[in-house]
Amino acid sequence: MRVSFPFSAIVGQDEMKRALLIAAVDARIGGVMVFGDRGTGKSTAVRALAALLPPIAAADAGYQDGTVRKGKVPVPFVDLPLGATEDRVVGALDLERALGAGVKAFEPGLLARANGGFLYIDEVNLLEDHIVDLLLDVAASGENVVEREGLSVRHPARFVLVGSGNPEEGELRPQLLDRFGLSVEVRTPQDLAQRVEILKRCDAFERDPAGFAEMWGRAERATVRRIARGRAALAGVVMPDAVLGFASRLCIAVGADGLRGELTLMRAARALAALDGIAVVSAAQISAVAPLALRHRLRRAVLDETGSTARIERALEELAA
Amino acid sequence: MSAVGEERLADALLAARLCAVDPGLGGMILRGGGEARDLVLAELRTGLPGWASVKRMPVHIDDERLLGGIDLAATLARGAAVSRAGLLAEADGGAVIVPMAERLSDAMAGRLAAAIDGDARFVTVALDDGIEAEERSPAALMERLAFWIDLSHDRHSGHGPGAEVPQAAAPEESWTPDQIRDDGEVVTALVAIAVALGIDTARAPLFALRAARAAARLDGRAAIAEQDILLAARLVLAPRATRLPTAEEAPAEPPPPPPQDYAGEQEQGSPAALEDVVLAATLAALPKDVLARIAAGTARDRRATTAHGAGERRKSGARGRPMGARAGLPGGGRRLALIDTLRAAAPWQKLRGAAGRVAIRRDDLRIRRFETRAEAVTIFAVDASGSSALARLAEAKGAVELLLAEAYVKRAQVALIAFRGTTAELLLPPTRSLVRARRALAELPGGGGTPLAAGLRAAQQLAEAARARGRTPFLVVLTDGRANIAADGRAVRAAAVADAMAAAKAIGAGGVQAAFLDISARPGPEGAALATAMRARYLPLPRADAATMHAAVRAVQPR
Repeated sequence: MRVSFPFSAIVGQDEMKRALLIAAVDARIGGVMVFGDRGTGKSTAVRALAALLPPIAAADAGYQDGTVRKGKVPVPFVDLPLGATEDRVVGALDLERALGAGVKAFEPGLLARANGGFLYIDEVNLLEDHIVDLLLDVAASGENVVEREGLSVRHPARFVLVGSGNPEEGELRPQLLDRFGLSVEVRTPQDLAQRVEILKRCDAFERDPAGFAEMWGRAERATVRRIARGRAALAGVVMPDAVLGFASRLCIAVGADGLRGELTLMRAARALAALDGIAVVSAAQISAVAPLALRHRLRRAVLDETGSTARIERALEELAA
Repeated sequence: MSAVGEERLADALLAARLCAVDPGLGGMILRGGGEARDLVLAELRTGLPGWASVKRMPVHIDDERLLGGIDLAATLARGAAVSRAGLLAEADGGAVIVPMAERLSDAMAGRLAAAIDGDARFVTVALDDGIEAEERSPAALMERLAFWIDLSHDRHSGHGPGAEVPQAAAPEESWTPDQIRDDGEVVTALVAIAVALGIDTARAPLFALRAARAAARLDGRAAIAEQDILLAARLVLAPRATRLPTAEEAPAEPPPPPPQDYAGEQEQGSPAALEDVVLAATLAALPKDVLARIAAGTARDRRATTAHGAGERRKSGARGRPMGARAGLPGGGRRLALIDTLRAAAPWQKLRGAAGRVAIRRDDLRIRRFETRAEAVTIFAVDASGSSALARLAEAKGAVELLLAEAYVKRAQVALIAFRGTTAELLLPPTRSLVRARRALAELPGGGGTPLAAGLRAAQQLAEAARARGRTPFLVVLTDGRANIAADGRAVRAAAVADAMAAAKAIGAGGVQAAFLDISARPGPEGAALATAMRARYLPLPRADAATMHAAVRAVQPR
């Protein structure tokens, strides 16, 4: 397997990194949607994170057909290609065995392979709507139910859904957007020094992937420990009623649709506190994750020019005052 | 043949050699060029090692063939699973030629992009036969190929590699890009040029750096020299420019401190000087159409996206409402209809001497058919002339905005044509992006004559183009119907009216669904006559505001 670009070596893009770390700590957040141009390191970051995570028990990863598996395997990372057919995504009748041996067998799809890990969809806004519907349904239920071609199979499919796309090339339906837990906007840094640094690191990595990964090994191990500690601490993090009230007031103030926003805001704040080793969630964590959790859920006229992030920040300021 | 053409061909040949030296450059987009492309491909072939294979990827290749999978026909014939490697795997170490790249579906481009990002190492040469600015290779593919070379103005025939092109040194087997030391300065200069030209992607300067190294290597030098940087900037960065550097930003930007490891070596002059030299050379190399391209926006229209608008029905093998089955091989998105296949095989079982298991032959295979709806494109042709008074234009814009918002909800595409002065202009090629639509509307200027004929013709062309791609066009014309500029640009009223009528009749004959919104303050007979000629619904809206217009169009829109 090819060495991944180290997560810690990604220059800037702090918001994206934070969102991914939060999703790594609490998979129930419901995935991350990354908006941004090509070549801004979206897929690099997601792949890097998957490669970073410690191996998981084989019984929790990939397709589970009921047989007992032992040992550990790397965290699955599945790339869902644009234009993938429904068969490839949910799985289908194993044609080879059906025709060759006359056996009715199930050939697991990408959802099964992604179980326990990450499912990454580049250009999710260009994906066929019926595939997106299907993905979101499975992502929400954690189980893939196949009822087709005489097959009746159900298997666990718990994964962190990460989508990326460029709104200039077609937008995502609001109801689908709402299903993503967090959303991030990435931009190319316009600062020359930062971009020079990006080019240098990419170049160093391309020339000697193993050596470059070695150089960043220390920072990578620190991130692994941070995620592990965060996961362990998550259940114990306290969410005071006053902070819950603050979160609700914020959602009302910005006009976020539905309960899902509030729920995600709360979970993300808790995960962030766990990551940072904080025992009691305060308004600071809520404020830090509010743009991530709410910016894609604001009710707005489709042609409204005001940025959602600006509206959330304004509401935060007003609430703090 | 022009000197510019010679130069472009020389660039293309050089790019081919650079790709052969370092396949990490991804490859190139060759736009147009006819036979000149064969020269480039031949050059690439010579540069690659002898064992490398060059594969041509047909447009309608299926997944099994592209990525590898079971060979269904062979499997059936033999009664045991036969698998074969995909085309991309076979091309490893060699090259993949993608003909008609501008027609490549986003899905195919996505698979290619994933293969390029993955472990496979091959040079991709995308042959782009696009003519219009919006007919381009998929962005996901372009992003991953270092060189974009436009040969489209050359009609080249029987010309060997030019004498001015140095012959390629055969790359040594052992060579990897590491051996050439680069210089902190080079990195800074390339990034600075990328920033100045408004290139956002981080891949571009990385490609430029690789290209410079490969160029140095090709010349047998160990270090990158100035000419390598010039070459890389011209070949990699210039075609990607999205804006021209502003005066104060280009030369005066203070260079960041040089990195420590190279602080001592400054023989090649200060970084600022290097940047300036390279930037000046890059600007000189900017393709002539770059400004047009910048104006048109870089996003490619999306022809392979979902069909969820209100379009005509069409048959599809992959999705939609089931329509029954027909004989055919599954693959390429077509799914096996198992029951129908068995039903087809059943009567023959005894004859075939089946014992124990069902004997299925290739001819028994049935695939499913589905019905989908074609994507709808709503084309707005908006009269922005002086006679459609300014207030009316604002209302028209408001109505278009509302319709846009609705088209967005229905997942239909929208396009916007404005006509004023002497010409019609395509402000917004068919898109689903609200961001772009909003921008195009905001930039819509007003005033001047009414070249109605030109506007209608542009609208019809766009509608025909949309239909040719399997979409269903719906035309909405907003005008006061008072044509005063003829098709040839003369301000002769009688000719203008006649031309407009002819254009309207052409639309009527073409059978494009249309609505004609008469926005003049006192709707006259001209509008009604034009609408009749167009076979369009005529909607006189003398005092309508944006919301009324919107409601009117909605009522006549096909569902």
